[in-house]
Amino acid sequence: MIPASWYLILSAALFLIGVLGFFLKRNIIALLLSVEIMLNAVNLTFVVFSDQHRQISGQIFVFFVLVVAAAEAAVGLALVIAMFRNRESLNVDRSNLLKW
Amino acid sequence: MIQILFFFFAAVAAGAAINVLVQKHVLYSALSLILMLTAMSVLFILLRADFLAVIQVIVYAGAIMVLFVFVIMLLNLPEDEDGADRLRWLKFIGIPLGLFFFFLVGATVWNVEPGSGTQAPFVGSPQAIGRALFTDYLLPFEVTSLLILIALVGAVVFAKKDL
Repeated sequence: MIPASWYLILSAALFLIGVLGFFLKRNIIALLLSVEIMLNAVNLTFVVFSDQHRQISGQIFVFFVLVVAAAEAAVGLALVIAMFRNRESLNVDRSNLLKW
Repeated sequence: MIQILFFFFAAVAAGAAINVLVQKHVLYSALSLILMLTAMSVLFILLRADFLAVIQVIVYAGAIMVLFVFVIMLLNLPEDEDGADRLRWLKFIGIPLGLFFFFLVGATVWNVEPGSGTQAPFVGSPQAIGRALFTDYLLPFEVTSLLILIALVGAVVFAKKDL
């Protein structure tokens, strides 16, 4: 069997990649994709602990995370379309009206 | 065997996740993310979360990522300079692979044995998930439908040009 720690290391690495992408990329769709990577890393952690403790609750949480990810993608992409329509650009640095 | 599968698909997931960041064009990032999601679903199978593995492919890779790819293609982002010629050789790989997949699925469906139906459900079976979802987690499950409705209305409001 695979030790749970290996899965957790993989999950941490994926979460790190997601965080890096969120901070380094400037395209707003790339930011949304990074958020998806982070959500998946968390999902993997939930499933590992669900398997470890022989409890189904962890997998139920993954189910709910999936629903939230779907809602987030729908609203986020609608915002992307609205942003592209107004600015002709997806660069988040261009959207600085609220910046002091 | 399990170790080999784990390391292979863990490497695929991590590599695809890194590739999401490395790619210049966001469409390739999205396609790479689909690869990562598929590798994650194999890891779910290794963890005996069968239902989630299937859901991961159908909902995540099948529905959410289609939304992403659709929006990326709809916006027709400017930085895509490479022509279609660069992908011409792919059909020599893609057509045999597609045929192979078709025959693989066909052979699997052809050789399937009817199950006895008396096996005890294990941790991640759809039966166990469904039972938990409709007993202990009934209220969150119903609230989920409200969340989806709000997201639907919100997406329409945001994306519409003028209401």
